[in-house]
Amino acid sequence: MRYIANTDADRREMLATVGLGSLEQLFTDIPQRVKDRFQPLSLPARTEMEVARALEEFVRSNNDWHGSISFLGGGIYDHYIPSVVSHITSRSEFYTAYTPYQPEVSQGTLTAMFEFQTLVCELTAMEVANASMYDGATALAEGVLMAERIVGNKRVAVAQPLFSHYRNVVDTYCWASGIEVVELRATTEGRCDTAKIPDELSSLVIQSPNAFGVIEELEGLKDALGKALLIVVTNPISLGLLAPPGQFGADVVVSEGQPLGLSPSFGGPLLGLFATRKRYLRQMPGRIAGQTVDTKGKIGYTMAAQTREQHIRRERATSNICTNSALCALAATVYLASLGANGLQEVARLNLEKAHYLAQQITSLSGYRLAFQAPFFNEFTVQVPTDPQQLRAGLQEKGFLVDNPTQLASLGVADALRFAVTEKRTKEELDHMVKQLGEIQLE
Amino acid sequence: MSSIFDRKCPQRAGGLFPTPDVPTDGAQKLLPASLLRRKAPRIPCLSEPEIVRHYTHLSKLNYGVDDGFYPLGSCTMKYNPKINEDLARLPGFTQAHPLADGKLVQGSLRLLFEMSTLLSRIAGLADVTLQPAAGAHGELTGMFLVKRYFADRGEDKRCRILLPDSAHGTNPASAALAGFSVTEIPSREDGTVNLGALEEALDETVAAIMLTVPNTLGIFEEQILEITEKVHAVGGLCYFDGANLNAFLGRARPGDMGADIFHFNLHKTLSTPHGGGGPGAGPVAVAEQLVEFLPVPRVVQDDAGYRLDWNCPHSIGSIHSFYGNFGVILKAYSYLLHLGDTGLREVSENAVMNANYVQERLKKTYCLPCDRLCKHEFVLSAKGVAEGISALDIAKRLIDYGFHPPTIYFPLIVPEALMIEPTECEGKKTLDRFIEAMEQIAAEAKENPQLLHDAPQRAPVFRLDQTRAARQPVLTHPFDDSSG
Amino acid sequence: MAYPAQLHYTQNHEWVALEANQAKVGITEYAQGELGDIVFVELPTPGTTVNKGESLATVESVKAVSDVFAPVSGKVLDVNPKLESSPELINQDPHGAGWLVLLEASDPSEVETLLDATDYERHLTEK
Repeated sequence: MRYIANTDADRREMLATVGLGSLEQLFTDIPQRVKDRFQPLSLPARTEMEVARALEEFVRSNNDWHGSISFLGGGIYDHYIPSVVSHITSRSEFYTAYTPYQPEVSQGTLTAMFEFQTLVCELTAMEVANASMYDGATALAEGVLMAERIVGNKRVAVAQPLFSHYRNVVDTYCWASGIEVVELRATTEGRCDTAKIPDELSSLVIQSPNAFGVIEELEGLKDALGKALLIVVTNPISLGLLAPPGQFGADVVVSEGQPLGLSPSFGGPLLGLFATRKRYLRQMPGRIAGQTVDTKGKIGYTMAAQTREQHIRRERATSNICTNSALCALAATVYLASLGANGLQEVARLNLEKAHYLAQQITSLSGYRLAFQAPFFNEFTVQVPTDPQQLRAGLQEKGFLVDNPTQLASLGVADALRFAVTEKRTKEELDHMVKQLGEIQLE
Repeated sequence: MSSIFDRKCPQRAGGLFPTPDVPTDGAQKLLPASLLRRKAPRIPCLSEPEIVRHYTHLSKLNYGVDDGFYPLGSCTMKYNPKINEDLARLPGFTQAHPLADGKLVQGSLRLLFEMSTLLSRIAGLADVTLQPAAGAHGELTGMFLVKRYFADRGEDKRCRILLPDSAHGTNPASAALAGFSVTEIPSREDGTVNLGALEEALDETVAAIMLTVPNTLGIFEEQILEITEKVHAVGGLCYFDGANLNAFLGRARPGDMGADIFHFNLHKTLSTPHGGGGPGAGPVAVAEQLVEFLPVPRVVQDDAGYRLDWNCPHSIGSIHSFYGNFGVILKAYSYLLHLGDTGLREVSENAVMNANYVQERLKKTYCLPCDRLCKHEFVLSAKGVAEGISALDIAKRLIDYGFHPPTIYFPLIVPEALMIEPTECEGKKTLDRFIEAMEQIAAEAKENPQLLHDAPQRAPVFRLDQTRAARQPVLTHPFDDSSG
Repeated sequence: MAYPAQLHYTQNHEWVALEANQAKVGITEYAQGELGDIVFVELPTPGTTVNKGESLATVESVKAVSDVFAPVSGKVLDVNPKLESSPELINQDPHGAGWLVLLEASDPSEVETLLDATDYERHLTEK
């Protein structure tokens, strides 16, 4: 086997040192009853060429993505990834390294983690961020649990227009912790109805831009919550232009970080962003890198506040997290470094303007109108004149990919489609799609 | 170490995106002013060469498996095959959006389905969820499954999880997160479960036992069948932490040992890269009676092909945004295809051979609390090497010899623990060099202990002040106020 | 080291200084040595009542967290205000300036079951 360095001679020598007669004797401690029950996989070994061929078979059963124009969204977007990102993340010193428990030989990972944490705080206008979580949905769920530890009430209010995958994960984690989830419905304007805040909450969860693409009004919301924490779910690209949740007094800000330099990759690996206030540091889950000095006074980085974590606190840890999403966080760090503040603003602007252009063009077709008048960023919901499933299928035949309308339907918006537009979409593609939409209409 | 924030760079970098081809009204016209950012985030604008130099320099401050021996016990730092990296980058896989129509992603769905099948069979259990994004996430999922199983049966007294005192910290943390209380069972001196203590702790308030097999001292639990039988006898479930699966790949299956739930660490046993702390993947296999509770959606096969099934009324719900870390799962799948049955056996054979060889040689110089056949890893104690020398000192001095240190201070039941796991990938020459280094360090400890206390001397930084990092936390770049 | 004779000690390395019914509680020289550099202390709110043997505070070092158990029952009157900014006082002067909590002892006779300095020193040598 290619990945094993030992030769038969090596093994013979080692067996002799250990005083065993055969390699089988290394496994005499496994009960015979267990060994007898073993069944192999009936899987032949394959050479590298054969493995490559086998995996290419799978690719052939997937869509040819180069031939498609994507308007898919829902938290995962088709953004442009600068070439630098993959060159850095494929450096083996980064990707074959372990968690930086020995900081003196992990300054690469730790410095990048520190940069990442700083960048997340800058984007969200928050005070402290961890070094990443598995994805936006688990980051949100952990935020809800953290709020319950701090405030003590076993109830969370959740805005209805949340992406369903966020909601599903929150529901599961809350069920396990005995936390009641109360839903705040969307108004006819497509925003969360925050007029009546339930009492005895630990937190209120609101997403902006939300599942309709609508930007929520966060001003004054924190003041209306009393003791409860304000948890905002956001989109990192939007923060190149939009006022950050920290400005509105958010206590916790979470997001899916995929738009920052990760491909969609069929939904994983992803990147959970988590930021909060300094006063909640001791309750914050996840790894954190901190700055310090070495014995000669040189600045270096190390894992900080480890006493919150499982390897020390065990059942009293703030969470059970061990591995997070470090390499994805590195990709996001390099992505943001490649853009700079100017570039991030530029890409956010392109998203905003192209989405608004598309919205304008679609609504010029007869029977199409925006479902909501409220402001949006790069995703918007359109009321359509015929069966949205049919429209989606028709568009797909022409190579235009649009989200399944079932999620909108489950949020109470029937006969609608949602479109996400990123900087990758050219005017030509947008015009072409609108033309196709118009033609399907006529059929 | 300078970070990107240490550079002053007022220029725009630009050059990534073409100028807008749609009419540009500008954000001010499209959105009310109250929704717009007033201050730009303080992200430096660097030129591309500066960015590449900075991160290339940072990478050289790291030590990865590709650099050298990495005997971190319980982490299985095996070689990360490059073919897996190449295949995971194929655009046919990376460009697949999780919400794309099923017809467009049949290849990805089929890969997930086949991986689930393979993992179920490796575990000797009925079915698998690929959703958990890490081992600890798999443990949490397992605890949720246990909770739901008993809730469905109306057995609401089942509130306790048993685990040995040698357990990895994620075990009790996961149990607690799921709302269980934790009872620690004292181990025998070799870290194996004390059957008497287990019997005393067992009653009908026990929901499950969490075991690592082999245990965290690298010793195989020879009474594993008795243990699982006893737990089943009181109606409890058996959860096995699969971190140490490398020890018996291709030879034994957790399901055959009495496990009802088993999690894999793809980034350990199945060769996917650790990435400096993720992303990993922690699929969970379950016995038949738990299948209905598995997270949704599940990947199923029917006449039309593969699809996502949400119709699972007894499911615990979702524990991940989508279907799991596809990009990681793909690498592990590719690894399994390469290995086949014969390769799996070679892995465990060489992993266990290497560990026993290093243990046999090092026990002459170091205290070996448990002197018997080990599996893929073993634990030494630094106690008795020399006065005032700790496991930390030895670990730091190993860095000067060009090795990544082993795991230290775990498991907690061995004082000054050094947990060594060579993995199957290392050759005898490397092992001999490591053994020599360890022997020399033990000699230095007696003759010139200051060398250990001052170590590392040959790393990019000297020993870092952990106390200062904890007492005066600086967790984001300290911008001076003038730039804010 | 010679442990102060006027203090009472527990097997879990807490000490208590009793004056009338006011009990000052801290951790011993041995305990602070085992923990290493103390980085954070979690102290109870004044007014809280605690029974002997229950967790009163937690002390954190870089690599460990330790519970401090109440050596006697009582109500929390005061906590050491200097520890928030200077937890290292516990390392520097564990039996004096590094005190943790001042209790109003509900039953001062509880100290009679604790160890005196000689017994505590013997307990340490048996470890």
